[in-house]
This record gives sequence, structure tokens and C-alpha cells, in this order.
Amino acid sequence: MTVTAEKASTASGAPRGSLRRSRPRYGELVVRGILLTAALVSILTTVGIVYSLIPPTVAFFQQVSFDEFFTGTSWAPLFKPASYGVLPLLVGTLVITVIAVLVAIPLGLFAAIYLSEYARPRVRKTFKPMLEILAGIPTVVYGFFALALVTPLLRGIWPVGDGPAIFNGLAAGLVMGVMIIPTVASLAEDAMSAVPQSLRDGAYALGSTRMIVSLRVVVPAALSGIVAAFVLGVSRAIGETMIVTIAAGITPSVNWNPLQAMSTMTAFIAQAGSGDIPVASFDYKTVFAVAALLFAITFVMNAMSIRLVRKYREVYE
Amino acid sequence: MSTPADVGIPSQPREDRRSWLGPTRRRPLEMLFQGVLLASLVIGVVFLATLLIYVLVRGWPRLDARLWENFNSIRRPERAGAQAAIFGTIWVMLLTALICLPVGILAAIHMEEYADKTKWWNRAIELNLQNLAAVPSIVYGILGLGIVARQFGLGTSIITAAITLSLLVLPVVVVASREAIRAVPGSIRDGSLALGATKWQTIRKQILPAAIPGIATGSILALSRAIGEAAPLLLLGAVTFVAFNPDSLTSAYTVLPIQIYDWIRQSREEFQVLAAAAIAVLLAILLLMNSVAIYIRNRYQKRW
Amino acid sequence: MAHARHTYTVGDMSESNPAAAPDHDGGSVQLGHFGRTREVRETEAVFTVEDLSVFYGDYEAVRGTTLNVRKNQITAMIGPSGCGKSTVLRCFNRMNDLIPGARVAGKILYHDEDLYGSDIDAVEVRRRIGMVFQKPNPFPKSIYDNVAYGPRVNKMKGNLDEMVEEALIGAALWDEVKDKLKTSGLSLSGGQQQRLCIARTIAVKPEVILMDEPCSALDPIATAKIEDLMHDLAEKYTIIIVTHNMQQAARVSDRTAFFTAEVDDQGVRHGRLVEFDLTSTIFGKPNDKRTEDYITGRFG
Repeated sequence: MTVTAEKASTASGAPRGSLRRSRPRYGELVVRGILLTAALVSILTTVGIVYSLIPPTVAFFQQVSFDEFFTGTSWAPLFKPASYGVLPLLVGTLVITVIAVLVAIPLGLFAAIYLSEYARPRVRKTFKPMLEILAGIPTVVYGFFALALVTPLLRGIWPVGDGPAIFNGLAAGLVMGVMIIPTVASLAEDAMSAVPQSLRDGAYALGSTRMIVSLRVVVPAALSGIVAAFVLGVSRAIGETMIVTIAAGITPSVNWNPLQAMSTMTAFIAQAGSGDIPVASFDYKTVFAVAALLFAITFVMNAMSIRLVRKYREVYE
Repeated sequence: MSTPADVGIPSQPREDRRSWLGPTRRRPLEMLFQGVLLASLVIGVVFLATLLIYVLVRGWPRLDARLWENFNSIRRPERAGAQAAIFGTIWVMLLTALICLPVGILAAIHMEEYADKTKWWNRAIELNLQNLAAVPSIVYGILGLGIVARQFGLGTSIITAAITLSLLVLPVVVVASREAIRAVPGSIRDGSLALGATKWQTIRKQILPAAIPGIATGSILALSRAIGEAAPLLLLGAVTFVAFNPDSLTSAYTVLPIQIYDWIRQSREEFQVLAAAAIAVLLAILLLMNSVAIYIRNRYQKRW
Repeated sequence: MAHARHTYTVGDMSESNPAAAPDHDGGSVQLGHFGRTREVRETEAVFTVEDLSVFYGDYEAVRGTTLNVRKNQITAMIGPSGCGKSTVLRCFNRMNDLIPGARVAGKILYHDEDLYGSDIDAVEVRRRIGMVFQKPNPFPKSIYDNVAYGPRVNKMKGNLDEMVEEALIGAALWDEVKDKLKTSGLSLSGGQQQRLCIARTIAVKPEVILMDEPCSALDPIATAKIEDLMHDLAEKYTIIIVTHNMQQAARVSDRTAFFTAEVDDQGVRHGRLVEFDLTSTIFGKPNDKRTEDYITGRFG
């Protein structure tokens, strides 16, 4: 057998020849180009979102004044005569978000504290998958649950006066709150586990109880991450569509009562957008204008959340 | 001679860190607090259990062959089935996988192996990815409607749905793939490069094979998220009255979440039952996918 | 062509070679009784290093390194921790390129070429100059695939089975694994894994083998096996070894470079080459007091 190397050999069998490369490795360059392109797809997505939102929104505001949009109290864009006050949608979004957040933040935070500070490994192993399952259930299923079980249940047990209507914001808010618990819990738990054990040990060694350590040492140390979790939870609540579309109904006017039907920005986009709207029509632009507002609000909240996460990562990692 | 009790030293030490030895000491506030914490978790679990049981019970009467053998029918609910939606879901899942997985994995390779973190565009990509992960899903529908359906002229077809959903779950694939790639130890890279392999050879022959379990798990989770989405597809004309299975990339279509949504909105009771049954089918599919993901993770995950 | 010959016996030097015994106070190093004789011939220089400095960003990790590495010899680099030995070693196969912010000043010539020239292909460099790492790092593949990996990625022509066998024989591992080539490389013991790493390195037929503390993670028996192997490998390859173990350097090497760390006025540590000479000189009659202090154990 003779092994022939690609280059001329010296007596010892080691190939010689210049180390210089006659031509660059083109294959490697092509690969790098393809990989960079793939990574840029995500940038293109954002560009695409912005690009699709801007022209119709601009066209919308050429016809509808900012004043009417942001302060008008009647939302009836598909009616004749149309009115374009977005306040009803904002109020609906706000009320339902607040209810959801009132559920999700305490429960999510407490669940996170339990998993991070109290739970034994076996308990963790049982509960964490549960949270993951909760997070994986499609929102349309939550919506169904809100309409078909939670609303009748609330109506049945309501102690005083008229209970909730068939479509109401309360059921939607409550169910949405549970849906968001995994989001809040997992991010808060990440933040808490990043807190070094030595901080806890110092407190325990001084004779603190676990409750004190959790509330006075761990939570403050992980605060920016926990706040980030809250902000992310709020953002999810604002952007959620199916639960509110199914369970909260449509109302064209400003309504602060969660026992009544209420309409959110997302519900409007879903309902108006699922019909067949000609591009040139103004209704099309209305949908995009509301979507632009929604995107702007969640974008700001997401940016805040990301910055907060960065803060706690910098400190501990 | 004074005993500890005389001096006032507590006869039992305070609880210190995690003790597997016994229950919490008798401190009512502590126990109350722990109870509240546990209750938070339990509420979530109870909710989950109630939801699953309710769906099963409500949908039981219609959990039969009609569900996958028949197409939808508004006028005759007893004949209605979800075959178009089931096939549509499968088609959408496969198309989304074809688009999303290569792009996501390649992007992850770039970000982990090639990107110079000091360059501004790479930091922009990172930041952008984090932001995209939190954009409401209905905004992706807007993107799909405005750009893919209208500008690209692909209309409200199944390929538009696949592209839109791919963009939606792309961050999930990228994050999971990055973690899997990052977990491969540097000594493997060093060993390969020291033998005269190029960077791409190292990635292709050593790093990717070692990262496959993590990537596969992440991909399956991304796809299960994609097939549960309804909001973006509402804007993309997932026309609910579809009485045929998809036959081409540009065909009309529907998917299970949309079919469920449509049935929920009907007034007749039979459609509510149908909706519950279809939910059960959807959840079963998701359960299957997630079990496969977990199996892969447990069986093949390398411990470095 | 006459070669200058320095013959010495690696063994108990104070008896057989009185000229090598130090004539000043300081004691000599007991090198143990190994009794191998190696002729240290003046072969051609494979590497010529001129005033090499290595920077990580602005931090000068190593400075002022000038030495040469001769063909088919074993050159050792010794010194206390943090003096830059591994850093210099990694320059020889351009593995430092992988560290962001790393750069070199000064020159390394590989035969006649500037190793850091602008159009030098680092990938080819690494094929010709192989490396064995401190902690054995076999790939999570079969033994066969571990050894075959190098020839495959370098598209070497020839019978792969024979190349694998030849490499495993050369690494003194063939007899132990010939019946289980398809089993995972990770199933071997530590010493066997390191010999597997040596096998896969020589499978690509390099000229030079760099060894970065190859035995520090191994037990004494495995260490001895690899030291024996090194003597055989030096017949065909040029070896540069970094080691913490002075006795090992004395046992195996022909020439030794002693590095130390010095602290400058700002309190920053920099590594520096102190002395480079025949091993017999370094361990018998070093020229620099710092060398003598180190090898006699006064510090380090």
C-alpha cells in the first residue's frame, strides 16, 4: 500500500509545499453568506411589519384626525356614518388586561417563589411540566373555556344583582390571567435562580426564616428580572386575541364594566380583518391603524422588559 | 446552675435552610405564606385539570369517526366533520417546518459560531430576535396580509399561512438551536480545528450532529406552537367553510384552531359539542408532539 | 556535512558526565535513572521564533520569546503557572487565532515561511502542525471515526482502514482497540483516550506535534506510557511539549525553554522566556539564576 499525500514529500514523509493558499476557500465564504442571510431574515421580519403598517396608517390619519382617534368615544368604523374614536377599544383592552394581570402577577410570582425557594426537586419536577403544558395550550381553547364554562359558572354563583352578561370582560380577563401565569412564573423564576446562593446563605446564617429570605433577600435581588416578567405578562395580555374575541364580545362604546361585553384592539382587528376587505377601502386602513397602535404599545413594553432582563443578567452572570 | 430555659435561649433552633428532615417549625406566618405559595401553583393545576376534563366531557358525544371522515356542514351539524381542518393542519405544519427549520437552524449557527458580537449588526439581530418573540401574534397576521398576501401576490393561500407562521415561530427555533449548539464543549471544536478541519467542516461534522437532539426538541415545540395559532390566520383568509382538503400550495385551506373558532361562534348547541371534540383532537395532536420532543430530549441528550 | 554532536545520557548525570555537574552552589537535579541515550544532533530548524510577543487586546501576555525548534527533536517549555508557555505553544499552530482580540508581534518562521503572513492558510497550518490537548478530547464518535476524521476532512487519498491502523499502531494503541474499533472513543480510559487523540493527530501525517501538558490529567502509569511513546514519535515527528512537570521535561526532551512571569511597574504580569538551551544545560548548569532557582525548587 502506498499512501500518496497530495503534496510532495520529504524523506520523513511529511508533505512539503507552501502554506500559502493559491485561492481563498470559496466554499467557506459561500457558507458564511448563507448563514448571515438566514440570520437577517429576522431583521426582514421586523422591517416587513413596520413596512406593512406605515402606509395604511398614514393614509388613515390623513382622513381621521388624531384628536378624533384618540379622544373619540365611539368606535363604529364599519358603520355609516362611521366614527373613529379608539377609546372604547383602549378601555376594553385596559380593563381586561388589568383583570388578567391581577390574576397573573400574584399567582405567577408566588408560583415562582415556591419553585425557586421552597420546592424540593421532586415537587419541581412535577410542577414545572404543568406550567409548560399550561403555556402550550392554544389560546382558542382558553377562549372556549371562558365562554362555555367560566361565564355560566360566574353567572350561576353571582351573589348580588345581575351577574355577568353572556359576553363579558371578567371571564375573559380571568382566563387570560391563568394563561399568562407561566410567562410570568418562568421569567421570574429565572431571575430568582440567578441570585447567588451565597446571598441566601448569609441571611440564613443570621437566623432568617425562609419567608424572610425569599421576600427580603431574593426578590429584591432579582427585582429587575421580576419586573421584566411582569412587563412581559402585561404585554402578552394586551396582545392576546382569541380569548377576548370569543368571550368578550363586541361593544361600540366606552364601557368600564367588566360584567358587560367589551371590545379590545385585538378583537377588532380579528373581526374586521377576517372579513374580505378590499385593499382600497378605508376599512382596510382602519384595521392597520389600530394594529399600528397595538404594535407601538407592545413594542415599548417589550423594549422595557428586555432592558430589565439585561440589567439583572449583567449583575449576576 | 441555670438551664437554657432560665436564660431565655429558645429551646428549639430556628429553622435554617432547606430541611428534608421534617415539616416546617411551628411558625404560623411561615406556614401561611408557604400555603399561599403552594395554592398559587395548585390553582394553575386545578384550572388545567378542569379545562381538560371539561373539554373531554363536553366533546365526548362527537368524538367519533365523523370528526375526521366528514367535512364541515353548517346546515347539517350532525354530519359535520373536521377533515378539511385536520388535513389543513398537517399540511400547514409540514410546510411551516420546511420553511422555518432550515432558516432558524442556519441563523442559529450564524449567531453562535460566526457572528462577531462586537459588530453592530449582530447585536441588532440579537435584540431584534428578542423583540420579535414578544410581538402579538395577530401583528404577524398583519404582516402576512400586507406583505405576503398582497405584495407578493400569494393571496390568502396555504403557502401564505405557512410563511407567516414560520416567521412567527422562528424565534423559538433559533433560541432552542442556539442553546443546543452552545452546549457542545469548546474542546470538541478545538480538537477538530487542530486537525486541519475548516470551520464549516467542524460545524457540519461535529457540532451539528452533537446538537441535533436539542434542535429537534426545539423544532417540535415550535411547530406545536404554530399549529395552535388562530389569530394570524384569521386575517389570512383561513376560510372556515372549506369542504375540501388542500391540493396545492396556493389552495384555500382551514386549520383546526380556525374550525374550532368558527364552530364556537355558531349558536346551535351541536356546534359547541363539535368544537369541544375538535379541541380534544387538537390537544391530542399537541400532546403527541410534545411527548415525542420530551422523549428525544431524554433519550438522546448528551451529557457533557 | 558535519553535525555538531552533543551526546549525553539522560540518567544520573552527576556520575557519568561530570562536566555537566554544576560547579556552583545550588545543587543539581536528580533526574532519575532512565538510561536512555539520545543523540542531540543539530538538525534543521523547523520553527524560528524571533522576539515573539502575544497580546490579548492590549494585554501583553508573553514577551520577548526567541528560540528555535529543530527537526525530530523534543523541545520542552517549562515554567510556573501563568508565564505564557501554553500561549506560545498555541502560536505554532495558530490556535490563538480563535481567541477574539489575540494577536502576535514578532515573527515565527516555519521553515522559510512567516507563519503569520497575510496569505497563509491557517487550516493547512493546523494539518501540518498537530496538537494534543491537556484534557483528552476524543470526539463522541467511534474509535475508528475519531482517527479517520482527520484524513476525511483533509481529503487524504489512500486506504482509510490502513491509515487508521497505521496511526493507532504509531500511538501504541492498536493492540488494545483493534477488536473494538466501532465502540465509542469515550469508553476508553483516560490514558487510552489521550493515545487516541495522539493517533488521530498523526493520522493526518503532520510534521510537528504540539503537546499541551498531555499527561497532567493522567495517572503515573498512563503518563509513563505516553512518555515512552514520545521517544518513538520523535523519530518521525518534531515535538514541542509544554509541561508543569520538570522531571518529565528532563526525561523526555532534548532542548528546554524556561519561561517565567514577571510583574511590571503597574503590577501587571507578563510572561517571558528566560533561557533556552539543551536540556542537559538547563538542568545541569543553567546560565540564568532564575532558571536555577526554579529547577532546584527554590520557587515555582
